[in-house]
Amino acid sequence: MTKITDSRLLLELSYNIRALIVKMLSTAGSGHTGGSLGLADVFTALYFNELNHNPQKPLWPDRDRVILSIGHVAPVLYATLAEAGYFDKSELFTLRKIGSRLQGHPGRDTGLPGIETSSGSLGQGLSIAVGMAIAAKKDNSGIRIFSIHGDGELQEGQIWEAAMAAAHHKLDNITAVVDVNGLQIDGPTTKVMNLEPLGLKWEAFGWNVIGCNGHDFSDILRAFREAREFRGKPSVILASTVMGKGVKSIENNHGWHGRVPSSTEAVEFLCQIDESYRIELSKSELSK
Amino acid sequence: MSYINKGDRPTRAGFGEGLLEAGRKNPDIYAIGADITSSVGANLFAGEFPERFISLGIAEQNCAGVAAGLALMNKIPVFTTYAVFSAIRAADQIRISICYNNLHALIGGAHAGISVGPDGATHQALEDVAVMRSLPHMTVLSPCDATQANLLTQKALLELNGPVYIRFGREAVPDFTSPDDYTEIGKAQIMREGNDLTIIATGHMVWEALQSAELLAQKGIEAKVINIHTIKPIDKEAILQAAAETGLLFTVEEHQITGGLGGAVAEVVAEQGGARVHRIGIPDSFGESGTPDELLEKFNLKAHRFSPIIESEYHEFLRAGRK
Repeated sequence: MTKITDSRLLLELSYNIRALIVKMLSTAGSGHTGGSLGLADVFTALYFNELNHNPQKPLWPDRDRVILSIGHVAPVLYATLAEAGYFDKSELFTLRKIGSRLQGHPGRDTGLPGIETSSGSLGQGLSIAVGMAIAAKKDNSGIRIFSIHGDGELQEGQIWEAAMAAAHHKLDNITAVVDVNGLQIDGPTTKVMNLEPLGLKWEAFGWNVIGCNGHDFSDILRAFREAREFRGKPSVILASTVMGKGVKSIENNHGWHGRVPSSTEAVEFLCQIDESYRIELSKSELSK
Repeated sequence: MSYINKGDRPTRAGFGEGLLEAGRKNPDIYAIGADITSSVGANLFAGEFPERFISLGIAEQNCAGVAAGLALMNKIPVFTTYAVFSAIRAADQIRISICYNNLHALIGGAHAGISVGPDGATHQALEDVAVMRSLPHMTVLSPCDATQANLLTQKALLELNGPVYIRFGREAVPDFTSPDDYTEIGKAQIMREGNDLTIIATGHMVWEALQSAELLAQKGIEAKVINIHTIKPIDKEAILQAAAETGLLFTVEEHQITGGLGGAVAEVVAEQGGARVHRIGIPDSFGESGTPDELLEKFNLKAHRFSPIIESEYHEFLRAGRK
């Protein structure tokens, strides 16, 4: 798929994806709004620039693999896949409905194009990435594995078992991305279960640690490039994000982790998304 | 047909040989090591195919996830450790990463049952079948001896598709089947014919069931003996036929009587048959330290211990006019 490098185009795509997330979640009536919105920029950069993939051939054997370890933010994955052309956008409005390929948490058995694995029980994705990365190395393929995690998810012990294994087996074909928004259902991660010093933890486990602003495309692309070029160790990108990014009234509000907008709120959110897009666009014009 | 013990061998040895043989036949088979590679029998494979042996240390949850990742890349992973750790500690990972994805992966449960002995309750897997049997897509195998463990391991890897759990034991036990015996996953084996009652056994208990049938024959009771090496999908037809023929079924297993073979047989009979089912196994309790023989005696899992139970139940059954 053609790689988009123009930050303004990426910005437009990411706000389209945000609008889709709000619409599909409002239609679904339940789901996870905050984290999905917060990851829209990272997903846009991943699927429209970094990833080696082909939406027309979702099972192309040499494609890069994306593991969504935090299955609850499925809406950002579904919206991004639809935006990239994996399936028709109209299907997004079947989210969480009976018989839908868009399960509340991704289910591979539905056959939805672009879904590499089922997920939803937190902490399991990095292990799957390790298995895939070992297989890719054994086959001498250039396939790269991206696994997407939440910061709260890192409280699961299995993550650190997998982190140890990835470093032990020198799996530099893995790029883990952590959505560092500092919030989880019970409140700030610092209060619920402190993760800091997070970068040092990953370093101590033998990883190449890269920080980035998860809402700045040039910074996200730089982080992906550094991960791609690094040899000998797996890389983790700690992407600082704002939960609910793009909808000012819910930004950084952990109450919106597992809540969705009513239809009235959705209209309000879409207006806010439009406004945020214009502000971000003017910022990127100014910085040129 | 009567069976003769060719010499005691542990079922884990049969698993190890089957894994090696399957590995020779299919280059996509990978074994995952969880620190106890020799003790579960995977050392043969690891020795011959070091490039296809992946050491992951003492981290069972990760092992199950890595197996899923390998399978998603078209490899056939084999993750084996003690059954308490593979089937129970990593149950959620097996459920979501392996079963929900419906991946062809073999999960080995070593040192299953009470006969693990002196290690005690923590290491005696008595609930693994119940957990694995309840997972969608999962096939559950429980070979009766080393020869059958070898055969079923190869079949699970080379013929099946989807997740498979195979449990096997630590101790050397009679090796009495032949590699030429007709063995098909999902099909029960009739080991002995008899019209008075049926003993349905799995794993190490199949040999004990055959011994029990001999003891009962001395008392004039003819027992049919069935080997259920595939606990899921269970051979309903064979169980219902035995229920219709004998009306009285005994299940014998090194597992809790709830959720294991006894549970599975009772489910089939309660829904479709009209027989009485008496379950012999671990009666909702933990194990303890002891020699394998002492523990099997204590829990009535030796032929001479459970035969009198069968005999008295049989007479009770006759007195009640059930036959």
